[in-house]
Amino acid sequence: MSSDLSDLYQQVILDHNKRPRNRGKLPTANRVAHGDNPSCGDQCNVYLRLEGDKIADISFDGSGCAISQASASLMTTQVKGKTAAEAEALFKQFHEIVTTGKEPEEISDLGAFAGVHLFPARIKCATLGWHAALNALHGDAAPLTTESHLD
Amino acid sequence: MANPVSTTNAAWRGVRADFPALHQQVNGKPLVYLDNAATAQKPQVVIDTLSRFYERDNANVHRGLHALSNRATEAYEGARNRVAKFLNAADSAEIIFTRGTTESINLVAASWGGANLKPGDAILLTEMEHHSNLVPWQLIARRTGAALRFVPVLGANAEGGLDLAALDSLLTPDVKLFAFTHVSNSLGVINPAAELCAKARAKGIITVIDGAQSIGHMPVDVRALGCDFYAFSGHKMAGVTGIGALYGRRALLDAMPPWQGGGGMISVVEFQESKWKPAPERFEAGTPNFADAVALGAACDYLDALGRPEIARHDNALARLAYDKLSTLPEIRLLGPVGERSGLVSFAFPGVHAHDIVTFADEDGLALRGGHHCNQPLMHKLGLTSTTRASFYVYNTAEEIDILVASLRRILKFFGA
Repeated sequence: MSSDLSDLYQQVILDHNKRPRNRGKLPTANRVAHGDNPSCGDQCNVYLRLEGDKIADISFDGSGCAISQASASLMTTQVKGKTAAEAEALFKQFHEIVTTGKEPEEISDLGAFAGVHLFPARIKCATLGWHAALNALHGDAAPLTTESHLD
Repeated sequence: MANPVSTTNAAWRGVRADFPALHQQVNGKPLVYLDNAATAQKPQVVIDTLSRFYERDNANVHRGLHALSNRATEAYEGARNRVAKFLNAADSAEIIFTRGTTESINLVAASWGGANLKPGDAILLTEMEHHSNLVPWQLIARRTGAALRFVPVLGANAEGGLDLAALDSLLTPDVKLFAFTHVSNSLGVINPAAELCAKARAKGIITVIDGAQSIGHMPVDVRALGCDFYAFSGHKMAGVTGIGALYGRRALLDAMPPWQGGGGMISVVEFQESKWKPAPERFEAGTPNFADAVALGAACDYLDALGRPEIARHDNALARLAYDKLSTLPEIRLLGPVGERSGLVSFAFPGVHAHDIVTFADEDGLALRGGHHCNQPLMHKLGLTSTTRASFYVYNTAEEIDILVASLRRILKFFGA
């Protein structure tokens, strides 16, 4: 396997794809958001219970490639227990990783997604769950799409 | 075995050499191009025809009185004659050049549908239509108040094709138009188009065939099919992108209003109103895509030199070989008919998403397609979010199917599926 491809499909990603964390509907959720990639057909729902400013619980479901599913799974483990501002800061960090390939200074599973930057078409797969989570946080009811005419 | 069809036709001998794009490495491996249902590669003769037109004959058609304009007009109308012959149309005025299948279907929907459909009418489609033969009808149904109905697809993996037993009861008096695909782009099934047209015609229902996947792959005779309209794209039949055509029966076309206005389609223009030319000009407003049309004519010549019955046998043999070899892979779900099929195979695995498969296969030099193939409602019905598709053309070989199967085995192993 080429090094680019092994960078893309890191062990952390394969593990989250095979054994997704926090998958399924969250009965106690008070925020829900849906995201999709129309050209891929990838779908992601994020269910979230916001208590005050804190993400008390979060889950996701949907379908898509290993990158999108693993990213949504990892996202839930990263933002659970965080405040909205902390979650947004994490997304900013994650976005930097998948678009530039620069791994974070502190050791984090988010770094597993650094290989995505070599596959520009897959950036929207990696960010789908995050976008849906932020929309849920903001209470944005409009369905989210990662597509623009440039995708 | 370079070519699974034994033929004495010399045109087949150098067929791979005719396509320059095939001869390259992708990710250090020889390109194995199996995305032909999306677009086919172009033979050198088509590329040369396009270049030569721009190098020597380029001028706007119909209006000019100078030498180049005359040459361009002759070449453009020659291409129309060539396409008419390719489809066995009765009259070259029955060939309207468009951007491709999608625009051809939109033309029928907007012009014929806009003039003839009303509330209480119904449009019959099938559950296997590409979005290009679904969304234009949704638009005109909304505009006119007509309803949409669908011929069901049978079988958990759509192996049963269209429910022909249900067709008679679906061809009710309120159905004014029946539009269906000749060959499904995701299932590979070849629909019995002549039979479908005959049943519809017996009830006075207009028929529209989406020929995107049949045009370059089998003999197509619009009079034998008995259809009212047949839509296709040039780029899927070794022609260039941006050009296709709509065949329409002359009597219908002459009764249809224009769908776009502009130069070239009018006979008299006054400030308040205009009169228009008959078909085909009525439906070709503005400067037509004459250069690409000329290249399309060259593609017709190329395919006829190979022989369309032979192309059909070749594609069918490869697809059946691929189906048999793929069926040895663990847990594979193969879509569409088991036996006779057109030159493509779609499949899915429970544990590995199509986009991951396509990304990995690319590393082995394979060009595949993964996704919903513009068949979202059908995928939904089959409980699938996406499939991987391998589609074949005249230059593909049995060895390339072995490369595909070996690559898939490696991918399944990697994902532990």
